[in-house]
Amino acid sequence: MCILRVEQLKKSFVLDKTVVHAVDGVSFSVGTGEVFGLIGLSGAGKSTLVRCLNLLERPDSGEVWFDGLNLVEQEECVLREKRRQIGLIFQHFNLFMRKTVWENVAYPLRIAGKQKKEFSARVDELLDYIGLSSHARSYPAELSGGQKQRVAIARALALNPRLLLSDESTSALDPVNTELVLSLLRQVVDDLGISIVLITHQMEVAKALCDRIAVMENGRIIEENTVEELFLRPQKPMTRHMVRGFDEDIPLERLTDIASAPVYRLGFRPQSVKRPLISDISRRFDIDVNILAGNINALVGGDVGYLIVSFEGSAQTVQGAIDALRGEGVEVFRLDQTNGLNGRTATGTADSSPACTETAANTALPQVVPASAGE
Amino acid sequence: MNEFIQSGWETVYMVLTSSFFSVVFGLPLGVVLILTRPEGLLPKPGLYRVLDIVINVLRSVPFLILMIVVFPLSRVLVGRATGTTATIVPLAIVAIPFVARIMEQGLLEVDGGVLEAGLACGAKISQLVWTVLIPEALPALVNGVTITVINIIGNSAMAGAIGGGGLGDLAIRYGLYRRDPIKLWVSVVLIIAFVQSVQFFGRLIENRLRRDMTAAVL
Repeated sequence: MCILRVEQLKKSFVLDKTVVHAVDGVSFSVGTGEVFGLIGLSGAGKSTLVRCLNLLERPDSGEVWFDGLNLVEQEECVLREKRRQIGLIFQHFNLFMRKTVWENVAYPLRIAGKQKKEFSARVDELLDYIGLSSHARSYPAELSGGQKQRVAIARALALNPRLLLSDESTSALDPVNTELVLSLLRQVVDDLGISIVLITHQMEVAKALCDRIAVMENGRIIEENTVEELFLRPQKPMTRHMVRGFDEDIPLERLTDIASAPVYRLGFRPQSVKRPLISDISRRFDIDVNILAGNINALVGGDVGYLIVSFEGSAQTVQGAIDALRGEGVEVFRLDQTNGLNGRTATGTADSSPACTETAANTALPQVVPASAGE
Repeated sequence: MNEFIQSGWETVYMVLTSSFFSVVFGLPLGVVLILTRPEGLLPKPGLYRVLDIVINVLRSVPFLILMIVVFPLSRVLVGRATGTTATIVPLAIVAIPFVARIMEQGLLEVDGGVLEAGLACGAKISQLVWTVLIPEALPALVNGVTITVINIIGNSAMAGAIGGGGLGDLAIRYGLYRRDPIKLWVSVVLIIAFVQSVQFFGRLIENRLRRDMTAAVL
């Protein structure tokens, strides 16, 4: 059952007399109770996209189907009704600074025309749920960033929405508060069964929460998959960078310079991540394995890992080793920095798709913007 | 002594009444400006430009001249063109574009994201104005009102020159025509005291309102 379906959404702006296609033909759907991640660097069009989903921003074209209605075609009064079923949380919390915590959470209920005695129990319940009952009379300025975001989540949940849009909701938080907010969101999904569209530039955030992830670049979704598959088999260079984490020291494309032999990316599924496969093939095929990088990621569905390695040995034994790894369910891609001159590798079958080849576009990757400084 | 009480009262009455009316008309105008500006919530660039120009033109007419222009209107509204009550009309009219502008500036202090949050909660624009825009901007609006009242005190003194009454009138009559420096200076001191107390209480209220928004993180 799908709660949100987006078809060919487009939105462009004129900025300094040039047209910016912030959202350029995006389509995806989100199932009931599913956490769908939209990940991309700053400027990839994520925030514009999320505003188009509840029509705070009117898209130029395309469809947004929510609850059986194409929101793009609806009148403002219908939209207001629908927005009450779509919670929105923000990077900078956007709490009402001159209302108390209690009044902030009560706001959507008050706006919906309910009487105070009707909703006061609901507000107390929500504050209890986020663990901030004791701060009911505080003003947002007296709270920490993490507490503010929890209040914002309670406000977004006040009207029992069926969908929660999270726009970089942890980007302004320190790691500890990020963890707290993520676990609250996890709890929300488990307890209330609502769906979340999670927009972030941090893969750590996406992988902690999402069932499926779409990678955005230049206003388009370039790759979409379940989190596990995305970590195992990242198809696009941008995805590989995202999966690997930008904070690691050496850029991916430089690893191919360091090694004297062809470089491969091995993706390990949950069942193979714990086994000593590398030393096994090294012994069995009498090849040297040079490990250049690697990591294990804890995902919602289990742990997946990757290694960046180069195999030193004869073409035959290397191919044998690769086949053996594949037989164990390991995903093997050859990484090649020579701009995909040949999609295929020396070993013939190791890499069949040009899309799996690291292209020179990597080197033109925009500078990574670090998470905004915390509160 | 009696005439100081009399004139002081006239000044207070003139200033507060015209301040009241200037805010009653100026604040909604400020809200219209903020909503219709090109990056506002209800962008109407044409309307915004017209209002913008009208306000700028009105603000560039010197008070004394405008007062003479508005005389006929005073006659229609309060029955006569001179006297304390009649002076309220030009005082308020001069202040309206000023208030509109200063309220617009104050309302601009409200973060766009906070307004967006209100809309995302399902608020209508009209609800948003009353429940978010004005309450969130309140400290800045109070500051705007303080500045307005002080401005009107200045103008009201000038209004004395053409029979408006009040402390300004007293200062001109005794200070200029009868050369009575003591009464002149008493009037001046009273006006200064009035301005300072408005400033003091305005600042007090503003700070109290702002305190909620800037409390130190516990």
